[in-house]
Amino acid sequence: MTAAVLSAEAEVLDALATVTDPELDEPITELGFVRSVLLDDVGITVHLRLPTAFCSPNFAYLMASDALDALRELDHIGEVRVLLDDHHDSEKINTGLAADAGYLGTFGDEAEESLAALRDVFWRKAHTAAMERAIGSLMRQTPMDVDLIRRLTLRDLPEGKPKVALLRRRFAIGLSNCPNSRVLVDDDGKSIPIEGVPLRLRFAKSVRMSMEGNAHFCRGLLATRYADDSVGAEPIVTNTRTLRRMQ
Amino acid sequence: MYQKDGQKYFIVDGHVHLWDGRATNHKNVHGKQFIDCFYDYHKNLSPEEALWDYDTYTYYGGDRLMKDLFVDGYVDHAIFQATLLSDFYVTGFGQTEEAFDLARRHPAKLTYNHAYDPRYGEAGLAQLRRDADRMNLQGVKLYTAEWHGESRGYKLDEPWSRRYLEECIKLGIKNIHVHKGPTIRPLDRDAFDVADVDKVATDYLELNFVVEHVGLPRLEDFCWIATQESNVYGGLAVAIPFIHTRPRYFAQIIGELLYWIGEDKILFSSDYALWTPKWLIEKFVDFQIPEDMLGEYAPITVEQKRKILGLNAAALYDIDVPAELQLDEPAGQGGVDVAAGAKESVSL
Repeated sequence: MTAAVLSAEAEVLDALATVTDPELDEPITELGFVRSVLLDDVGITVHLRLPTAFCSPNFAYLMASDALDALRELDHIGEVRVLLDDHHDSEKINTGLAADAGYLGTFGDEAEESLAALRDVFWRKAHTAAMERAIGSLMRQTPMDVDLIRRLTLRDLPEGKPKVALLRRRFAIGLSNCPNSRVLVDDDGKSIPIEGVPLRLRFAKSVRMSMEGNAHFCRGLLATRYADDSVGAEPIVTNTRTLRRMQ
Repeated sequence: MYQKDGQKYFIVDGHVHLWDGRATNHKNVHGKQFIDCFYDYHKNLSPEEALWDYDTYTYYGGDRLMKDLFVDGYVDHAIFQATLLSDFYVTGFGQTEEAFDLARRHPAKLTYNHAYDPRYGEAGLAQLRRDADRMNLQGVKLYTAEWHGESRGYKLDEPWSRRYLEECIKLGIKNIHVHKGPTIRPLDRDAFDVADVDKVATDYLELNFVVEHVGLPRLEDFCWIATQESNVYGGLAVAIPFIHTRPRYFAQIIGELLYWIGEDKILFSSDYALWTPKWLIEKFVDFQIPEDMLGEYAPITVEQKRKILGLNAAALYDIDVPAELQLDEPAGQGGVDVAAGAKESVSL
């Protein structure tokens, strides 16, 4: 029984770890955005929290609805509830999530279309940053000139975290992961002419730096905001299940 | 004026407030959320000796402001940036009349920038004309994320916003400070997107656009548009306090800014009372790019610091700078090659 309970909790946290903050490109579990997880006989209730009451509501909605989707994928999970705490739009977002109202249904006339285009912008930023990280880590081992960098293919990258991360982001924006694909590309996957290589790399570095810096800032603000709470960076997980639901 | 190691710095604080965030002034829960969010910024990034208690932070008044800026804070001239937030606060967040009155009593020390909201249409335009006349406005501060009825914000390139910008040109208001913030309608877009600044900067070359907080959290997008436009500047409010808690991150920010937009386009601002200028100025003058990052970024020179700390803003606002504090070459030049760094080939 204990093993089964532990695995249920681990499964839930693993599912939540697949949800990333689109702006920071890091899992919400690592950012401390998951405040608590309650498993009971009805299902599961997850409370999310953010660094400020004024964090962008569109991103807040994306993370909350992604969390809902990720948890519903789990077998025998029961009823799934995701609630966003302490946000200026908490009521609106929580009502929308509970009613499965979707993005347009949740925000009414504040929204025009879907969030797909917005998400795409940040996937492309995440790809640019991952590309710079992958090339940067290779350059620290093997110095390369502009032409070599330009002609670098995925097969030339050493196996490891930077490569895995890059492949994942390439997949997200629909780029080929064929080993012969060029590593240094523009947002549409096209290779860069030799004279454009330094500028593309330099800009990619700014994108990476900006995303990393924002993540530091968000972590700092979250810690300050919830300093008086007994809640740490790790979510509080409570399991009161008596039925053998999720194994 | 600040003096250190035989160097003298003329200081212009490009972004200060006189606000009232007390509970008595809250219109609704968002008033409390907003000042609490500010206080968290303050607590998170200030050194311990510069921390304020919450009650002082919600309202500090004009005397305290004068002391923090001009007695303790080395500031020669400061510019009020209005933040009205009329949907959150009974008398607004920034106290217009109190700040304007202070500026009128100390014209050599303070400049008052007012605000407008293009969503008020014709009536707002008439108000802007009256305000420009009464307040002798040289600049305005636009908070594009401000709530207004059902609306959660607007874009600078919308038709009504353009009419207001054109009116500014007629009225001699030349400095447009823009604060990007979250919750811009429609929500399908990135709220911090600076693309609208790019459009209006191209169309209204008579105006200077100062993007507050150097576009954070979209530093890279801000740098990119500022590279394309000769009339786009970056205010360091909110970015500069990282100098204390995260000096290496600050080194990256200032390194990127100097690389992409150059030393003539960066303006010091404390965002008082979010932070007090004294420690920011002391630390900035002492600041240098860490040794192991010197391959990536060039060291910051005294001349660059003098421009950023005051000479650039003095040029934008025609503030008199004593001869001994000026540089041989004028600062804050709109025409200088803004992408000097970006056009060089990158060393790999």
